[in-house]
Amino acid sequence: MNHILSVSELTSSIKNTLEENFGDINLIGEISNFKAHVSGHWYFTLKDSSAQISATMWKGVNSLVFFTPQDGMKVIVRGKITVYPPRGNYQLDVRSMKPAGEGELQAAFEKLKRKLSDEGLFDVKHKKTISKFSNKIGIVTGIGTAALKDMISVAERRFPLAELVIAPARVQGEGSAEQIVASLKMLNNQNDIDLIIIARGGGSLEDLWPFNEEIVARAVFDSRIPVISGVGHEVDFTITDFVADLRAPTPTAAMELATPDKRDIFAFINEFFYYSSNNLTDKINKEKKEIAQILNSYGFKSPQDNVRNKSQFLDNLVFRFQNSVDKKITYDKNRLNLIKGALQSNNIDKILKKGFVLVKQKGNFVTRESNFIKDESFILKFFDNEIIIK
Amino acid sequence: MTKKKTQTFEDDLQRLQEISDLLEKGEIGLEDSINLYEEGIKLSKICYSKLENAELKITELKKQFENGFPDSLSTEE
Repeated sequence: MNHILSVSELTSSIKNTLEENFGDINLIGEISNFKAHVSGHWYFTLKDSSAQISATMWKGVNSLVFFTPQDGMKVIVRGKITVYPPRGNYQLDVRSMKPAGEGELQAAFEKLKRKLSDEGLFDVKHKKTISKFSNKIGIVTGIGTAALKDMISVAERRFPLAELVIAPARVQGEGSAEQIVASLKMLNNQNDIDLIIIARGGGSLEDLWPFNEEIVARAVFDSRIPVISGVGHEVDFTITDFVADLRAPTPTAAMELATPDKRDIFAFINEFFYYSSNNLTDKINKEKKEIAQILNSYGFKSPQDNVRNKSQFLDNLVFRFQNSVDKKITYDKNRLNLIKGALQSNNIDKILKKGFVLVKQKGNFVTRESNFIKDESFILKFFDNEIIIK
Repeated sequence: MTKKKTQTFEDDLQRLQEISDLLEKGEIGLEDSINLYEEGIKLSKICYSKLENAELKITELKKQFENGFPDSLSTEE
């Protein structure tokens, strides 16, 4: 009989053999049964069409993986085989992991997109409206990045009345998805943020990957504050873009969508000055015209005409009255003169009839001897006739 | 939204738009028109100077819990 081994001896021997021979291997396989434990460790299975192997990836190293693995994703891992004697099993201790090709990320992207879409996370009915005037704008992005600088300068140029509240987050690599989620939550805990922009400048698919992570997508969906996404360039679409209330092609464009343009507001104010004063002037002119029309109307005119007619009538009366008075005065004057003449002649006649004679020389009566001119012819006036004496 | 007592820039602009529309329609009397116009001019001036003199404010939120502990605790104790 051969030497009899104890289980421990056998296991130890297997452990040595495996760990010596497979101390550093590269392996390609498809991930299944992926579990991220609360401790931070990852547990999963790698398989192909006819075999499978258990795998672990510990907390410290898995944080260097830029994507969260999904079931069905083909990956290339590097690591070593370890044997766990108490359980008598072997597994792969993974040190690093990358997608087997860009297609794998694309596939993961499509898969998550379909899943979230089926759940209704992209539905239009969930989209919050973006206010035209946001006083406080929260920004989730990397501190010191070009994207942040661009957004600040856009805000300065367009709407400097706004306040930017920056919630910094790594936007690439290790732990970035978690940081983005934390920053989103932090902004949601503030009570006066009107709008959030989640942004990152352009980069490779790998660089932009945090924005394709499920936890980020769900945090954006759960945000009570409206979110505008501005990730990468025009051509880049991320899962975050689909969940966001509004997608902007770039960080700059995101800030443009978030703010009104100062120049538009100034133009509006100028227009107010111009049009409103015109409107008012028109109104005043209209009223003036109306007043003029009323004054010219028959109703308003007839009293005036009445007054004029009456005054003319009155003038007439006065004129006629004056005329008749004048006539009467003249008439009376004449009569008075006639009577006076008659009275005078009446007096002389009476005296002459009694036998007196009047002496007239050169047309005048001679009433004194001293007035008589000798050698001048004179007239003797009798009652009935006159005699000329030469 | 909570009711704020202070008139915001947006409120002012909105009111200005309202006044502008009312004056354009021209359905209100002359006296009211003049009052509205005066109000509009006042608002325009307020908005204009607010925007003209504004300077962008930027604040940065600090992560409150670093490694699970509040910043304030680690610095104050």
